[in-house]
Amino acid sequence: MERNLTLVALFAAIIVVLGFMPSFSLVSGVPISAQSLGVMLAGTVLGARRGAAAAALVVLVALLGLPVLAGGRGGLGVLAGPTVGFLLGWIPAAWVAGLVTERWQAGNPLLVALTGAVLGGIVVLYALGTLGMMAVLQKGPLEAMLLNLPFIPGDLIKAGIAGFLTREVWRARPALRARA
Amino acid sequence: MLGLALPGPSWAHRLPAGAKLAALALAVLALLPVSRPLPLLLAGAGVAALHVTLGPRALAAGARMLRPLLWFVGVIVLYHLATGEPLLGAVIALRILVLVGLANLVTLTTPLTEITAVAEWIFAPLRHLGINPRAPALAIALFLRFVPVLQARAGALSDAWRARSPRRAGPRILVPLVLGTLDDAEHVAEALRARGGVAAGTDRPEGGTTWNGT
Repeated sequence: MERNLTLVALFAAIIVVLGFMPSFSLVSGVPISAQSLGVMLAGTVLGARRGAAAAALVVLVALLGLPVLAGGRGGLGVLAGPTVGFLLGWIPAAWVAGLVTERWQAGNPLLVALTGAVLGGIVVLYALGTLGMMAVLQKGPLEAMLLNLPFIPGDLIKAGIAGFLTREVWRARPALRARA
Repeated sequence: MLGLALPGPSWAHRLPAGAKLAALALAVLALLPVSRPLPLLLAGAGVAALHVTLGPRALAAGARMLRPLLWFVGVIVLYHLATGEPLLGAVIALRILVLVGLANLVTLTTPLTEITAVAEWIFAPLRHLGINPRAPALAIALFLRFVPVLQARAGALSDAWRARSPRRAGPRILVPLVLGTLDDAEHVAEALRARGGVAAGTDRPEGGTTWNGT
């Protein structure tokens, strides 16, 4: 109980700290924060339930009005903005990423973690992010997806980094994976 | 970490947080179906005027909070100019700015403690599901306390890297950061257990808590 609580709280802190870090240099030239990398990691390392709880904690505190999102954003205004689907989508994204690493114990660690990060942090997250944009911007699915397209290469890189980091963590702390 | 709220007092600080949040919800419901630019422009002027009544500091803070949206709004307007629907573009852009501006007004004038009190009230029914309401509160406190701790550790790790290598550290630096955090979580959990655990306190539910499994 206490262990789960502290793991959730500390990974929520990791998500925020990654948001404060200078963005990684990217092919597309679009400045991208590493915050969604933290969401992927919370899922792949902590598993579905605790990963989703860590993401939910960051979302809750952001809505309460603390500047924990990338670029010091926060407050209820985020809910009316075009990125609302991405923010709320963090929770199911971390859950799906964690579900993959929990259920697929036998596979190659890098492949398992990468698959989880891509399915949760890209497929699920972009689906919900696109829905949010469709609602806020009154666009069709194709147009909304077009607006999101420039960010996909950066997120593929982040998924690769999440896969690598998760493998290294499992290598250093094998018990984490067995129990996840 | 500091919140986004400005130090009071102002007329908006004196309003109860619950009333401001309810008013915000009503305003959003009223503004969402508006599809002509003129009423939205008036609403925008109203939101700006409300910022002005709170003084220059609130005006500056409100503008700063809208800034990350501006490039997005610019893309929307350009996109609709290109597709020949400038009116639709103006409505969408104005709606975003008005709604976000209104919500920022609540954030700027409501201290964190008042907002968490409302959140506690909203989460109180969770008690009936066997979730200890203390657990989320404790998680928030730990989370906020650990943001500067992890930031300092990330800084120390990249300093150590730079002292040894002329190359950029890159994401490799995150491996020790995550491992250190996992170890911290163990130590903090142990310390919490030694002090009676999450359920300690006056509102210990019978049979312990079931928040988040185990």
